[in-house]
Amino acid sequence: MIQTKRQTRQRPARPGWAGVCLARRLVGRLTKHTGEPSVSAKVELENIEKSYGATQTLRSASLTIEAGEFMTLVGPSGCGKSTLLRIMAGLQPQSAGEIRIDGTSVDHLRPRERDIAMVFQSYALYPHMSVEQNIGTPLRIRRLPTAARLPVLGRLVPGQRTARRQIQEAVREVADQVEIGHLLPRKPAALSGGQRQRVALARAIIRNPKVFLMDEPLSNLDARLRVTMRGEITSLHRRLGATFIYVTHDQTEAMTMSDRVAVMMDGEIVQCASPQELYTNPQDLRVARFIGSPEINVVSTEETARWTGQPLPDSIAHIAFRPEALDFTPKSAGIGVDARLLRHELLGHDVLVFLQTDQGTEITGRIPAAQWSGLAVADGRIAFTLRPEALLAFAPSGKRAPLPFSPDGMMPADRMLSHAS
Amino acid sequence: MSKTRQAGAGMRYTLGQFASHAFLLALAFIFMFPFYVMLVTSFRAPQELFTPEFNWLPQTFTGAHYYIESLTATPVLTFMKNGVVISLGILLVQLLTAIPCAYALAKFEFRGRELLFAIVIFALTVPIQVPALPLFLGLNAIGALDTYFAAMMPFFLSVFAIFLFRQSFKSYPDEIIHAARLDGMSEWAILWTIVVPGSVPAIAAFSVFSLTSHWNDLYWPMIVIRSNELMTPPLGLAYFADSESGENYGALMATATILTAPLMLAFLFAQRQFIRGITMTGVK
Amino acid sequence: MPADIAAFPGPAPVAASPRRRHGAQIPGWVSWSLAGPSVVLLVLLMLLPIAAIILLSFTDYRFGALEVSFVGFDNYADLNTDRAFWRALGNTFTYVAMVVPASVFLGLLLAVLINGLTRGRKIYQLIFFLPVTATLVAMATVWKYLLHGTIGPFNLLLKSWGLPAIDFFSDPDLVLGGLALINIWSLAGFNMVLFIAGLTAIPEELYDAASVDGMESPLDRFFSVTLPLLGPTTMFVIITSTITAFKVFDTVAVITRGGPRRGASDVLLYTTYLEGFTYFRMGSAAAMTVVFLAIIMIFAFLQARVLDRKVHY
Repeated sequence: MIQTKRQTRQRPARPGWAGVCLARRLVGRLTKHTGEPSVSAKVELENIEKSYGATQTLRSASLTIEAGEFMTLVGPSGCGKSTLLRIMAGLQPQSAGEIRIDGTSVDHLRPRERDIAMVFQSYALYPHMSVEQNIGTPLRIRRLPTAARLPVLGRLVPGQRTARRQIQEAVREVADQVEIGHLLPRKPAALSGGQRQRVALARAIIRNPKVFLMDEPLSNLDARLRVTMRGEITSLHRRLGATFIYVTHDQTEAMTMSDRVAVMMDGEIVQCASPQELYTNPQDLRVARFIGSPEINVVSTEETARWTGQPLPDSIAHIAFRPEALDFTPKSAGIGVDARLLRHELLGHDVLVFLQTDQGTEITGRIPAAQWSGLAVADGRIAFTLRPEALLAFAPSGKRAPLPFSPDGMMPADRMLSHAS
Repeated sequence: MSKTRQAGAGMRYTLGQFASHAFLLALAFIFMFPFYVMLVTSFRAPQELFTPEFNWLPQTFTGAHYYIESLTATPVLTFMKNGVVISLGILLVQLLTAIPCAYALAKFEFRGRELLFAIVIFALTVPIQVPALPLFLGLNAIGALDTYFAAMMPFFLSVFAIFLFRQSFKSYPDEIIHAARLDGMSEWAILWTIVVPGSVPAIAAFSVFSLTSHWNDLYWPMIVIRSNELMTPPLGLAYFADSESGENYGALMATATILTAPLMLAFLFAQRQFIRGITMTGVK
Repeated sequence: MPADIAAFPGPAPVAASPRRRHGAQIPGWVSWSLAGPSVVLLVLLMLLPIAAIILLSFTDYRFGALEVSFVGFDNYADLNTDRAFWRALGNTFTYVAMVVPASVFLGLLLAVLINGLTRGRKIYQLIFFLPVTATLVAMATVWKYLLHGTIGPFNLLLKSWGLPAIDFFSDPDLVLGGLALINIWSLAGFNMVLFIAGLTAIPEELYDAASVDGMESPLDRFFSVTLPLLGPTTMFVIITSTITAFKVFDTVAVITRGGPRRGASDVLLYTTYLEGFTYFRMGSAAAMTVVFLAIIMIFAFLQARVLDRKVHY
């Protein structure tokens, strides 16, 4: 039953995902005015390593991002996700490993030759250029000869009229797409954070790249704007059909926007799966803890042994369960636990219940507000049950382990022993 | 109670202000006195200079007389032209060489970078008077003494510019440089069209510093320049002050006024840049 | 981040063609093509000449001579016994000892007074900085006339107030003082700007805190808050002023030429200049230059130390 790392890295677990992806690609192709054969590319990372002197920031990261997929790299700061993104872009060299785009290695290619666009956390707009010049820069570099790009003299180079006009039109079109058409003559300093973000997006879009890299693009925006931009970026992905690789430390962004999420910890990709899969079926305790708010409950095996009256094998060190797993309906089937009620927080629709067991373990539960009001609290104590299938077991290494409970209640002691061996 | 105390404090406050102003005005008068003497003497008739008492204003106003004399009888305009050619020439080469070097030091890693930077730091402390002798001998060996080139050459490299621009470039955001690379720019294009426009204040401040110090320099031109046609303003003035009878103070002061005027006027128009540029050696 | 662009530690990439350079690496020649021109100039204009001056100081080379021979430390030994050299060195230090305290104190005084003003700061800064921008050679000719023993306006004023005349530039005992006066005048504004920068860096809350702690008089606040916090700036200004004063040349060359009597205002750079470019005794001029460089390096070392401390401050 033990899932291997390889399995988790395979195709996304979400049913019908391939179909969705194909549809997106078709949509993408229809919206394009250019007759390019495909608008997206498959990106493969194979055993990417990166070390700075003695410290290794990336250890053997492997990942396949399907063409047209929205892949998010998520993890705490310093986990190597941004480094991995910069390695893909060709802004930093990896110490070992290979990157392939559409099957061909791009390691030797300079950033401009990789057909990749990137949106940076700080937006990285050219401060002395107008919005129009900012957006048009990638095209000017590619379409105008060097002489014509010189600051003042460039205007004197003959024969660039048509090219210049085309660039201008392209800029206008892209700017309208992200609704900043009216801001073209302004300088970045005169824009709000959200507007700068859109300029950065436009500068990426105008190149028609097959792959978009985004490095925490929303982290400098206020909370309200972040929600709006989240929706806009996902719809942009749908419209363009390109491959999106998105880096964030915010699990909400990861969960809401992506087809698949790769969770990175300490320079490694710990698990890559659909958001739902990550939530319900984390393969590592760190993933389980990182995904989900409030955080998953983690209790020791001694504690659960007390609840069930059965010792657990040494192959298991922690038992974890989501706050929603707590069932406060009286006399429901499952493992019964009795705990002290510390406090509760009303979240409107939901209520968070903070409990403490007699052994001192703190447990958080989440129940619908309607249920909370009917709850029986006696003497500051409250009882709940856990369905065994809602429990996740983790080995001492933090890796996911098979659950030592049978689906219908407790496990006979002899079968548990056989598991332990 | 509190009201009276406030009033007392306010009184003391204005008194302090008043005392400061009085003292500063007195000092300002002393500081401006040489400029005043320069101007007033350039408008005075010569016989007034030898009267035993000092008059604050010219008894006979000579108007533009000494200025015309200075401009026609001495090659003042040539001195100024030389000053412009030499200090602009120096600045141009300094910028063209120091900017790329500073960029490499600030943003790239290459073999020898630490050594190069260490040499730059060392060279910062070495004034022109140290390499002057060998440079003079070298210029003499190639027969280049008494030329514009000779007057400019020792200053073609400004380690100060390298040091200053490196500081400025280091603080330029890497993400913008990365974005430019992804947009397809070459490293040279990134430097000159992206990074340099973002460092205009530092470059302007250095330019002021460089232009003023080379416009005002006496030491090096005195060593390599011999012919009148190539003299810089300070050298020309020193030479002129010396060779004249020494008693024609009116013309001398008029010449001094003309030669100081360009920088003074520039200073009055761009005070902030000047103060920043000139004191830059001190603050960073 | 880009510091590692060229660095490629660790094993070679597992790419299909391991020989090919990684696309993210900026090849070394790009860096060197950027730094190259400066490196060439640095060698030609700085490193080689410094090596040459040290070598020259061990020879008896005279400009135009056909032969040159190695004389070891003779030039330095000669300097040691050369009374003119010691006089020049002594004059230089006397000059520094007059210019530095006065210009630093005046700069601080101006800065504190101007910083405390509610209005008119700009105009005072402008006035006191004006001498810094003025061409020193031109102003030296003005000062020469201004302080002239008989016809100089300064002495005419003294006389009109019934005071005795002071003839700075003809009196061997006063000539250094006269020259120092000019340098103080042209340096005080510079120091003032540095001090104002230091003053504005002192957080306003510290003064509020001092007031709350009962320090009511401005003098108290000056000695307990301003001055300690200006410490690093002051050290820095002192050393910078020392280096500037040590390099005195223009005024001597224009006004006194080392006079009035033989060598009364000889300073190190002027003596070196005469030795090298007037008498063309290159070997001994080189030895003087090396002494000059050594002194400057000591000051520069102190300056760097102070700057380091200032950063940590």
